[in-house]
Amino acid sequence: MIDLHWLYVFAGAVFAGFAMGSARDETNPKRWGNAAFWSLLAASLWFGDLIGDIGNGALVMGLVAIAGFHVIGRGSKEFSTPQERQESSSQHGNKLFLPALIIPFTAFVGTLLFTYTPLKGLNLIDPKAVTLVLLGCGVIIALLVGYAWLRPPAMAAVDEGSRLANAIGWAIVLPQMLASLGVIFAAAGVGTAVGAIVGTIIPQGSVFLAVLLYALGMVAFTMIMGNAFAAFPVMAAAIAVPILIHADGGNPAVVGAVGMLSGFCGTLMTPMAANFNIVPAALLELKSQYGVIKVQVATAIPLLIANILILYFAGFR
Amino acid sequence: VIDYWPLLGIALVVVGFALRFNPLLVVAVAGIVTGLLGHMSFLKVLATLGHGFNENRYVTIIWIILPVVGLLERYGLQERAKALIASIRGATAGRLLIVYLAVRQILSALGLTTVAGHAQTVRPLVAPMAIAAAERQHGDLDEETSERVKAMSAATDNVGLFFGEDIFLAIASILLIQSSLASFGIQLTPFQLSVWAIPSAICAFLIHGARLLALDRRLERRK
Repeated sequence: MIDLHWLYVFAGAVFAGFAMGSARDETNPKRWGNAAFWSLLAASLWFGDLIGDIGNGALVMGLVAIAGFHVIGRGSKEFSTPQERQESSSQHGNKLFLPALIIPFTAFVGTLLFTYTPLKGLNLIDPKAVTLVLLGCGVIIALLVGYAWLRPPAMAAVDEGSRLANAIGWAIVLPQMLASLGVIFAAAGVGTAVGAIVGTIIPQGSVFLAVLLYALGMVAFTMIMGNAFAAFPVMAAAIAVPILIHADGGNPAVVGAVGMLSGFCGTLMTPMAANFNIVPAALLELKSQYGVIKVQVATAIPLLIANILILYFAGFR
Repeated sequence: VIDYWPLLGIALVVVGFALRFNPLLVVAVAGIVTGLLGHMSFLKVLATLGHGFNENRYVTIIWIILPVVGLLERYGLQERAKALIASIRGATAGRLLIVYLAVRQILSALGLTTVAGHAQTVRPLVAPMAIAAAERQHGDLDEETSERVKAMSAATDNVGLFFGEDIFLAIASILLIQSSLASFGIQLTPFQLSVWAIPSAICAFLIHGARLLALDRRLERRK
């Protein structure tokens, strides 16, 4: 059965490729720092299960030291000129989209095949890893098609992949680091402490104020933890179940679903949700690291108000 | 008795991010301080951090897509996306992003969350198309405007994902709500919960769609 470990082997090879590509870029004065950073990630993907928790901790410290003390940089090497890209674009036409669409298409067809056909029963792919395994298959197919059709130089995928990886830089590891921080927060009892504080400030007698506190609590805790998943169990135990559902007789489906979605409004406004807010800023090469968050606030706040109104009017009829 | 000291770790994160230290450094320091305040030994903190990192490796897998995107960019993918949008009459940055918002919400509601995303679609396709459309509306874009159009492309992907995915029954957040409430003896089916994601999804489309139309007006005003 294909599980996540197969994918880790492939992903480790891709990150080793980023290390190799970075080392080849002599326009980057800190290229060995970049090569070391991607090598550590490749090592984590390949050997993470063998080196033990403390070994992994030391590996994380290595990544943090390289990024935190600015030992990584960016080269200026371009492997194609704007004119070459323009010519290639005219020459190949809209067929250029096809290799890019192979990845979503593989995910789409694969998900249907492994959810709704007898293939599901064959246990070819670990059900928990289906989407990521399909992503991996899509990447391999797209690379094969790209090489067969465009006939690029042998190292092109390595060079271009590391060009993009180094444009994003340390932000690539930030979501995984924040997930580990969440593990420490949980182990150190941060959730319990937040729940206790929220529990002491519950207003008496006003359903609307209780709804407001629940929604704003979801937003605040989501912003701190970077995702609404960590916030929901705490807020459910502190307010949703004892006050909104049991004392005030709210509809549990509305309280649960719309409470979670109020938390998602918080996700739009926090740098802790790095993979949604910080990474795309790096990926799109924005000047401001917080550029995506800044434009999202004006959507998130009216949407939060809408969610509070839905909670109040649909939840307490 | 509840120990409030570990909350200091949260304050460290906020201060560190605000002062713009390297985020990896901020997170590592906050993690170690929080652990020590929570009465863990240094080695225990290091092991917890390492364990968490190793267990969450799947978060970083998405980047295996970069060699494909980079390779196609070398052969003019972004230029092609711009040419395509230029050939569609009446295409504007705002309208393009509204269509993308609707598609992203619908695909997410069908459970196809990884079909699109910042690496898969925004960087190679959506952002260059939005920039090309904005240039046609506005002429050359100054840095502030092009940053705004790119940031809006990323924001549209996030809004579409967050306020579409909960309509799908088997998504992690719906299952989490179900199991959290079940632990208090409140039994709900995923269907009862996901139905209540629909009103918020409609509000998200209307609110963010209105902002995208406002982006169009802004682009045309400052010609």
